Amino acid sequence: MVAASARLWKTSPLTYIALVIGVLASIYPFYYMFVIATRSLDVINSVPPPFTPGGSFGDNFQRVLDNPAANFLKGIVNSIIVSTVVTVSVVLTGTLAGFAFAKLRFRGRNGLLLAIVITMMVPTQLGLIPLWGMMQDLGWYDTLYAVTIPFLASAFGVFMMRQYATSAISDELIEAARVDGCSTFRVYWNVVLPALRPAAAVLGLLTFMDTWNQFLWPYAALTNDNPTLQVSLAFLSYAYYTDYSQVFAATAVGTVPLLLVFIFFGRQIIGGIMEGAVKS
Amino acid sequence: MALATPARPAPPEPARAPRHRTNGSAKRARWDMKFSPYLYIAPFFIVFGVFGLYPMLKTAWMSLHDWDMIGEHTFIGFDNYAELLKDEYFWNAVVNTLGIFVVATVPQLILALFFANLLNRTHLRSRTLFRMAIFVPNITSVAAVAIVFAMLFQRDFGLINWLLSLVGINPVDWDSERWSSWTAIAFMVDWRWTGYNALILLAGMQAIPRDLYEAAALDGANQWRQFWRITLPMLTPTFVFVVVLSTIGGLQLFTEPLIFGNGNMRGGTQREFQTLAMYMYEKGINSLNTAGYGAAIAWALFVLIGIVAAINLALVRRSVK
Repeated sequence: MVAASARLWKTSPLTYIALVIGVLASIYPFYYMFVIATRSLDVINSVPPPFTPGGSFGDNFQRVLDNPAANFLKGIVNSIIVSTVVTVSVVLTGTLAGFAFAKLRFRGRNGLLLAIVITMMVPTQLGLIPLWGMMQDLGWYDTLYAVTIPFLASAFGVFMMRQYATSAISDELIEAARVDGCSTFRVYWNVVLPALRPAAAVLGLLTFMDTWNQFLWPYAALTNDNPTLQVSLAFLSYAYYTDYSQVFAATAVGTVPLLLVFIFFGRQIIGGIMEGAVKS
Repeated sequence: MALATPARPAPPEPARAPRHRTNGSAKRARWDMKFSPYLYIAPFFIVFGVFGLYPMLKTAWMSLHDWDMIGEHTFIGFDNYAELLKDEYFWNAVVNTLGIFVVATVPQLILALFFANLLNRTHLRSRTLFRMAIFVPNITSVAAVAIVFAMLFQRDFGLINWLLSLVGINPVDWDSERWSSWTAIAFMVDWRWTGYNALILLAGMQAIPRDLYEAAALDGANQWRQFWRITLPMLTPTFVFVVVLSTIGGLQLFTEPLIFGNGNMRGGTQREFQTLAMYMYEKGINSLNTAGYGAAIAWALFVLIGIVAAINLALVRRSVK
């Protein structure tokens, strides 16, 4: 029996070969991006295209900075501001509401939780046109308010924190804090929030990456006078379509922060995604 | 008389005093327990109500009007929808959206199942590294992906055409025809989402009890048989989840075709890859005086997502039993 199961679970070399092919396919476009970003224009427009990095990144990126169509630096600064504000807010509102749904009793709790789950199913594009009109009316068109305020709380954040809080925080712990005379907010701040920290960190990472990568709504609500990074990239690629070395230098710079985040926290991010999948 | 009174036990004064003292804070605590939960969940409902629910309902209202974003709004009932059914660009966008969805989703799910199954091997070394590497495309922005793939699929200097030329195939003008543009866009979508779906499916596979496989192995079932008889049936709930997610995402496709087509909202000169989301944008935001018509397209898109998700659900339920 031992022999049988050992034979059964042995990983064949073919498995590794297939996985390595998958990994190469995943990684090659990144590598390609850096190759083109470091090459001069005349080299990339040759056949066959280059396969190794060159030394022209500085020139290429300088052209990005000089390019008025892209407004690239402003795009980066805007993306950092928007992603940070949205992340902090989503984590705070998510943990607060998740705590309430998991550990406090109140009328309508189950119905409201169900409503949150349902909102996760509805495509956001359904409200795009009126939302665009609202931004005009509020005077938020082409300002960071437009791409920040509608995202300060997320259904996914509330739901994820609720799931985690239900199992990770014992009722006795909260009871004890209450006996000591804590208000519910003190319980949240001093007991719940520290206990939720691992899940909140994953939520924060996912939210940051998601906000950084947002395209459709920022593209609708902002112009290249005041873009986020992705909007800036889009304008760059339309306006200077043949100057790929410039476009790729910008794309690479916009991708590096996320790659770094992923290299440092990839394990947690993947754990969070897989866990979320099983629970929902 | 006077003597009798001291014999009675004195009322418990010391106990009463603190109860009296805490009365205020007890009231506050009760109030806190009863109402503060609503305060804690309020931020989500306020944000969602104002920027989510209200615009969605307003989309429905707008779709019943001849709605000019900066001018008049005239109630016209279901005229927008009637016009939509006769609009060849609308049907073109429906065909493109469904076509790209199928071309992208079918290989994507098969590949995701394949890689999930490989990653699920018990004695796999470097599993974390493999998982991260296969997931990494998903962390990039859609805009960046579209820009990179637009160059890979470029006609004259693109890598794909160069590879094809090595095996004797003439350069393809990827964005000029339906099948070729759909293929290129499907590549972008699959590159970004296959690893993500593989991880979700892997999570589902890991929840399947190991002893089921051990028992099957004792009965002489090989890995292939085990996959069909144990893994797939036990995976149905996760698979349904992945299919529904891919349906919602796949039918809303916007950025990839937009950037692939150089920022043109019509999706190619002959609208060969204009999706419904792009058509909605073209009618609802690019031209302000047809916002009502754009709103009708938004609802049509929503209905389409519902229909396709329902069909997919039925198919998955039926085929995997």
